[in-house]
Formats: sequence, structure tokens, C-alpha cells
Amino acid sequence: MMSTVTPANLDLPPENWWRSRTARRFRRHRLAMFGVVMIAVLTIACVLGPYLLPYDQLFIDLRARFAPPMTGGHIFGTDPLGRDVAARLFHAGRISLLVGFCAMLISIVIGTVIGVLSGYYGGRVDAALMRFTDAFLSFPSIFLLLALAAFIRPDPLMITVIIAVTTWMEVARIVSTEVRSLRERDFILAAHMLGLSNRWIMFRELLPNAIGPIIVAATLTVARAILLEAYVSFLGYGIQPPLPSWGNMLNGAQQYLGSAPWLAIVPGIAITLAVTSFNFIGDGLRDALDARSDLS
Amino acid sequence: MLRYIVGRIGQSLLLLFLVSIIGYFVLLLAPGGPMSQFALTPGISKQDLDRIAEQMGLNRPIIVQYADWLWHLLQGDWGASFRDNRPVLTVILDHLPATLLLMGSATAIAMTLGVWIGIMGAIRRYSIFDYAATVGAMIALSVPTFWFGLIAIYVFSLNLGWFPAGNMYTIGSGSVGDVLWHLVLPASVLALVDVAIWSRYMRTATLDVINQDFIKTARAKGLSPRRVLFKHVVGNALLPMITLAGLQVPALLGGALVTETVFTWPGMGRLFLDSLGYNDYPVVMGLLMFSAVLVLIGNLLADLISAFVDPRIRLA
Repeated sequence: MMSTVTPANLDLPPENWWRSRTARRFRRHRLAMFGVVMIAVLTIACVLGPYLLPYDQLFIDLRARFAPPMTGGHIFGTDPLGRDVAARLFHAGRISLLVGFCAMLISIVIGTVIGVLSGYYGGRVDAALMRFTDAFLSFPSIFLLLALAAFIRPDPLMITVIIAVTTWMEVARIVSTEVRSLRERDFILAAHMLGLSNRWIMFRELLPNAIGPIIVAATLTVARAILLEAYVSFLGYGIQPPLPSWGNMLNGAQQYLGSAPWLAIVPGIAITLAVTSFNFIGDGLRDALDARSDLS
Repeated sequence: MLRYIVGRIGQSLLLLFLVSIIGYFVLLLAPGGPMSQFALTPGISKQDLDRIAEQMGLNRPIIVQYADWLWHLLQGDWGASFRDNRPVLTVILDHLPATLLLMGSATAIAMTLGVWIGIMGAIRRYSIFDYAATVGAMIALSVPTFWFGLIAIYVFSLNLGWFPAGNMYTIGSGSVGDVLWHLVLPASVLALVDVAIWSRYMRTATLDVINQDFIKTARAKGLSPRRVLFKHVVGNALLPMITLAGLQVPALLGGALVTETVFTWPGMGRLFLDSLGYNDYPVVMGLLMFSAVLVLIGNLLADLISAFVDPRIRLA
């Protein structure tokens, strides 16, 4: 078998990642650690929270409409139908975080494939793929997202795909730039001389070496995807009730702003916390993966 | 210079062509396609629908239909609104000034504040102010614009009563002062994200310039620190900001859409959302294409202005 002589097999055993310089730099990044803790807390709360609360998220109690926070066992109050806001918030978090994470995965796959192809082949392939990317970037993402969502009338899965379709461009650009510079390095020349196929070189040699910037982009893309889901759902074209999401919980909140402000405040804080945390983590990863940051 | 301008315009036209292809395929996704409005008529028969499709040329190959659509688009014939049958382009242009006013004011606020924060952060690097500005910018980038709008209405309109909660003017008034009074909240809300971005870029740009040789020369000549900062550093650090202003157009348009929705501001964004609600696909498509055209024009203008003020770009 050809693959027995590939350089991948000559790799040293993986070092202990936890003790590596990168991991140490990351752990020293206070905001990033805040982000990690916050995301862990949010995830655990959303997964376990509904089991700990006395009310079901779909339980309608019209006598208890607009109960203010901390009354009658409703930590965050109730909504116009008398449903428990806390229970809905945790269920909504499951949807919003899951949509954000899955949209990121799809987005990274699209962006990475386009980026690797354009960076590796260069020339006309590169020009064509990057102009295509530029064309997508020319649409304000919310306009494109809303038009697609309104035309397709989607379920949560399609929303996820649509968000991915409007967020892959940054990743494609980053990967393309990275691969273009890696392509000229000696180990790729060696791979060519070993007679490895283009596909092997692209996805087994170049891609693993470009993984740092991709991870950073992935983290920031989760933040963006959660934010975009909130936008479309707030505007009424995203996740549809009765399925709650952080965005659609805010959908009717504006008309009750004077009488029941908690309906607007609570989900908004959840979105901001989640998005800020992912942005902090992304920033910390960027600093941690940049070996020069030790020098300064 | 002429060569640069022609090349840059050519690039934009190529992009516009690609944008039109993507736009056309989005249009094809519309439920029932362009026939949807006729299919809604009660009692319409399959034969009638076929006949209309024939008349509208919808049974031709897709490439031909696309070419036809593009040709009409270029001539300014963007179709008619399903709602009131007015030409799409006229409807859009009616709503454009309100959006431009909102975006212009937000950009003015963002530039002033952002540039100032960026410069202060750069010259007092790693100070408490710099740290607070960095963290503040990241939080500002994470707050959903519509939520910030809701909170602003709650605090400044419902509780303090300083500004109106929505609309562009008081009915029956509409004086300049009245419009400005209505403009304060939405423009500030839209500016938040931009302040964050402008301050980050300005900080980086200022740090880049500060370390260059001509600044050391200026200092060595014995110029006052103030003069070095304002004339040499800031002047040069502002150059990349022109490109940034162009790059910010898509985010600004997207932000305007949600801001207009929250503040019932009668601009393009609200028109877009209203048209979605009415299934008014010609206007939706028109706005999608129009927003992309605005983005391309923004980038083109920014690049041309940069090339005009900075010889390094046009000669490179």
C-alpha cells in the first residue's frame, strides 16, 4: 500500500495537549476562560434546567399571565399565555445553541472545501471560487437569510442550513489564504515528489496544518450563527412557535415592553452571554495559537 | 490612475453579474415561483395557469429566462409590486432616503466615537481605558442590535421619556428638528456595532503608523507630540478607514433592517420585511438585488477614494 510510506506515518506520537504552550497560553487568557465557563454553565442549564423547574415549558396557565419574576415559583416570570419563562428559556437554549453549533459545522465544511480548492489550485480555479465568495459577501447577510427563509418556509434543520449558506465566506477566505502560503513549503514539495494524489495533499497534508485558523473561525462562526438565528427568529421567519428559541421568545416582547419588560430582558441577556462567550473563546484561541504572543 | 479606475469598475461589473446569478436562483426558490400570485386566484384552472406561463415566457429554458430577467433589470424594469402594482424601482427609491439618513447618521456617530476611542486606546496601550475599550467592543459586537433597540426604548423612551419610541416624525409636524429628535435613538442603536468595529480598526491602524520611521523622524525634528499625533499619526491612520467605511456597508444595511423594524422607521429594511409579510416577491427580490448593488457601489467608491488620496495604492 502506498499509504504506508506517507509522511503522516512518520509523525511523532501526539504530545500532551493540555501541557503544550498553546494550551497554557489559552488557560492564561482570562476572558477566554470566562467564555468556556459561561458556555459550560449555559449548556448544563439548558440540558438539565427543565428537569429541575416546577413548570413545563408548554404548560399554559391563563390565570398566571404576566407574573413578574420571582413570583409563584416563576424565576423569570411568565409570558402572555402564562407559560413559565425560565422553562422556555432553557428549552429555547437547547434549540439556539444546537442550531448555532450545527450551522457552524456545515459552514466550516463548505468554507474549508472551497478555501482548500482555491488555495491549492490557484490560478483560474482560485479566481473563480474567490469571485463567487465575493459575490455572496455582496449581499447583506440578513437580507439573504430572510429572503431564503421566507421563500423556503423552513423547519429548524433548513434554518441551520440557510444560516450556514450565509456564513461560510469568511472561512473560505481564511483557509484559502492559509493554504496558499502553506503550498509553497518544503513538506508539500516532498509530498509531490512522493507522488501523493492532489486529494491526499489537500486534505491530509495541507488541511491539518491550517487547522489553527479554522478552529478560531469555527468558534467565531458559532457566535455569528447564534446571533443570526436570533435575528431571523425575532423577525418571525426562523424557528416557529411553539418550539421556543431565544430569538422567537423576543418576537412578541416589544408590545409588552412597558408592562412586562422581563419578556425582552431575559432572553436578550441569554443571547448576549452566549455570543459574547464564543467571541471571547475565539479571541483567546487566536492569541493562544499565535506563537509570537509569548514574546510580547 | 485611469487604468486603475477602469480595472476596478470592471471588477465590480463582473461581481454584479455573479450577484445577479445568485439572486436569480434565490428567486427560483420562491414558492410557486413567479406564478404564485396567479395560483392564489380562486377557481383558476390548470389550463389558465399554463396559458399565463406561456404568455409570461416561463416555459422557456432557464438560461433564456435569466437573460431576459437580467436584460429588463439593466433597463430599470424591475417588475411591479404585487401589493399596489407600482414599479419596484420606484417603491424602493421612495424608501431609500430614510435608510440613507439613518445609515449616514449612524456612520457619523460611529466614526467620531470609534476613531477617538481607537486613538486613545493606541496611545495608552494596555492601560485600563484600552482594556475596557477592547472588552467593551467585543461585548458590543455580541449584543443583538434589535435587543439593544428594545432596551434603549425601554430606558430612554418608556421610563425617561426623553425620545420617541418609534416613527420618523410626529404626524402633523415633520420639521427638521422633529425628525432629528426621532433619529437619535435608532441612529445610536445602529451605531453601536460600528463604534466597536471602527475603534478596533483605528487602534490597529494607529499602532501601525506609530512604529513607522517617518514618525520617529517627525519626533526627532522636535515637533510637539500633539502635532506629531494629530498631523502625522492620525492623518495616516485614517487612510485604511476609508476602505473600512466601504466594507461596513453590508453590515450597516443589515443592521438598518432590524433597527428600522424595531423603531418603525420607514426605510428599505421595513419595506423588505413588510413585503415578505405580503408575499410581495418582486419587491423582495428587488431589494435583495438593490442592497447588493449598494454594497458594490460602497466598496467601489471606497477603493477609488483611497486610490485618489493614497498614491501607494494606485501605483502598486
